[in-house]
Amino acid sequence: MSDVALEVRDLVKTFTLDGAAINAVNQVSFQVKFGEFVALVGPSGSGKTTLLSILAALLTPTSGQVVIDGQNLALMSEKERVKLRRERIGFTFQANNLIPYLSARENVEFMLRLNGKIEHGSRIRSDELLARLGLAERLHNLPAQMSGGQQQRVAIARALIHNPALVLADEPTASLDTERAFQVVETFANLIHENGRAGIIVTHDLRMCQFVDRVLQMQDGNLVRVYETKKEIRELVSAAVH
Amino acid sequence: MNSVFIAAYLALKEVIRNRGRFLMVALVIALITVLVLFIAALGEGLSDANRQYVANLDAQLIVFLEKSDYSITASRLETNTIKAVRRVEGVADAGPIYTSNSEIVSLPEPLKISMLGVEAERPGMPPLLGGRYFRGGEAREAVMDMSVAQRTNLQIGDVIEIRSTQGTEDEFFTLTIVGLVDKQAYFFQPTIFVPPSTWELIRPQPEADLSSDTPYPNIVAVKLQDPSQIEEMKMRLQERVPNIEVADIETTINNIPGYSAQQGTVQTQGAFTLLIGILVIGGFFQIQVLQKVPQIGVLKAIGSSNFVVGLSAVIQIIFVTAMGVGIGATLNYLFSLGLPPTIPLAFNGTRSLIAIALLLFIGPLGGLVSIIYAVRIEPLKALRLG
Repeated sequence: MSDVALEVRDLVKTFTLDGAAINAVNQVSFQVKFGEFVALVGPSGSGKTTLLSILAALLTPTSGQVVIDGQNLALMSEKERVKLRRERIGFTFQANNLIPYLSARENVEFMLRLNGKIEHGSRIRSDELLARLGLAERLHNLPAQMSGGQQQRVAIARALIHNPALVLADEPTASLDTERAFQVVETFANLIHENGRAGIIVTHDLRMCQFVDRVLQMQDGNLVRVYETKKEIRELVSAAVH
Repeated sequence: MNSVFIAAYLALKEVIRNRGRFLMVALVIALITVLVLFIAALGEGLSDANRQYVANLDAQLIVFLEKSDYSITASRLETNTIKAVRRVEGVADAGPIYTSNSEIVSLPEPLKISMLGVEAERPGMPPLLGGRYFRGGEAREAVMDMSVAQRTNLQIGDVIEIRSTQGTEDEFFTLTIVGLVDKQAYFFQPTIFVPPSTWELIRPQPEADLSSDTPYPNIVAVKLQDPSQIEEMKMRLQERVPNIEVADIETTINNIPGYSAQQGTVQTQGAFTLLIGILVIGGFFQIQVLQKVPQIGVLKAIGSSNFVVGLSAVIQIIFVTAMGVGIGATLNYLFSLGLPPTIPLAFNGTRSLIAIALLLFIGPLGGLVSIIYAVRIEPLKALRLG
C-alpha cells in the first residue's frame, strides 16, 4: 500500500472574469503522505481556498489530476465524489461547521451514521475523542451553547472520527483568539500524527505553521515555495512573529 | 435504508430541538385545518339540510310533470299518474310525495317545518326509527324526523298544533306524533310526514284550491325491480306514462332550487382556503431553507447525498403538517361537541375526510419549491455564504 494519501499533478483552475481568463490555481503539483500535516499559506487571493475546494472534490479543476488514497477524482462521477467526501475526507470550515440542532456528541457521531458505521462502540469512541479535545463536559451541549474554539474542536473530532485518509481544514482559527487558535491547531496536529492521517490546513496566520511538518506557500495561483525542514519553518514563523 | 434513517434522524432532531418554532407553524396549519374542516362540515351540513330526504329515498327514479325541469316545487302530477307508473313493467313500487311548508305553533318558539304527504310503507316514506306509521285516510297523525325532536324535545305520543294559511284565514290543526324517522331534512327545514288526505286538508293553500279535496302529488318516487336498469326504465316510463319526465336521484338533487349554486360557493371557499394553506406552508419552509443554506452546504460537503437532504425536508414537512392537521382536527371535534343542532354543520361526512387528506397533501405540495431549492444548493457556494 502506498504511503501517499494525496497526490496533486499539474493542477490548473481557470476562471473567466469580464472576458479575461484568470488562473486561480496554476500548474500546482505536490504530495502529502499519511501521518503528515501540511500548511497551505499565502495572501488573500493567492488560490488557497480554490485549491482546497478542488482537493475536497467540491470544485472541478480545468486540468490536472488529484488522487486521494489511490482514487483519481477526474475519473469519478458526482455520486462517487459524494461517497469519497463521506468516507475518505474529513472537513473543518471557517464557520458554521456544525449542525446547529445536534449536540457535540451527535455532531461527531453523525459522520459515523452517514457512513453506516454507528455501532456499539461508536459512542465510546466519539466521547473519547471529544474528551481528548477537552470537551468531556460538553457532550450534550448544542453548538450555540459552546464557544467558537469549542465548536472548532467538535468539528475536528467530526473530521477525524471516521478515519478518513485526508483531513482538510479551511482557516479553522479565523474566528479564534490567539491562545485558542494555538490550542486548536496543536491538538489537530497531534491527532493527525497519532492517527496516521494526512492533514492540510489553510491559514493566513503564519504562526500556526509551528505545528506542521511542511508549508506550501502560494501566490497568484502558483506554488511559489515549499518549507520542508524544521529550520525553514521556524524561520518562517519567527519572521511572522516579528 | 441508511439514507432514509439519516433523513428521518435529521428531520426529527431539528423539529425536537426547535419545537417552539415548529409548534408555531403546526398551530398555523391547525388553524387552517379548523377553517377547512369547518367549511367542509358547513358544505356537508347545508347539503344534508337541503337534500337529505331525497338522497335517502328508497327509490331509484323520480317522476315529474313534463317540462317542470326536474323542479319538485314546479311539478304537480295528475292523481292517476301513480297508478300508471305502478303498472309499468319493471317497477317494483311507486309512492306519491306531496310537499309544502308549515309551522308548529304549539311550542315556546314556533318551528317552521317541511310537511310531506306520503303513503305509509310506500317509496317516499322513510323507515321508522321508533313508534308506528300513521293510519290512512284523514288520520290526524304524523311521523316526525329526528331533527324536529332534537330542536323541540317532542316525543312520540305528543300532540302538536299546526298553523296553516288557507285562503286568507289562518287555520289550526292538531296532529299526534306516532312515529320517528332519522336523517330526513328537506329544503333546510326539519320534516314531518302525514298521510296524503291529511296533507291536502291541512296544507297552506290559496282560495282557489279550497274547493277541491283531491291531493295532487308533486312527484312520484319509483322503486325498480332491478336498480341497475335506471336508464332503460327512465325511457320506458316516459314512453308508457303521458305528460311526465323522469330523473334519477342525483339529477333530482342537483335541481333542488339553489343546491348547485350553494355547493359551488362552499367548494370554492374550501379550495381557496386550501390554496392559502399551500402558500402559508410553502412560504414558511422556503424561508426556513433560505436560513439553512450554509448548514445544508456543510451537510453536502461532508458527504450527505441530495436524496438525504431532500428526503429530510419532505419528512419534516409531512411531520409538521400531520401534527398541525391532528391538532386542528381535534380542535374541530371539540368545537363540534358544543354546537347547537340548528347550525347545519356535519363533521362526519366524507367531505371532512377528503379535506383532511387534502390538508395532509398540501404540506409537501406547499414545501415542494423549498425541497427543490434545498436539493439544488451547491455546497461550495453555500459554504462561502457561511
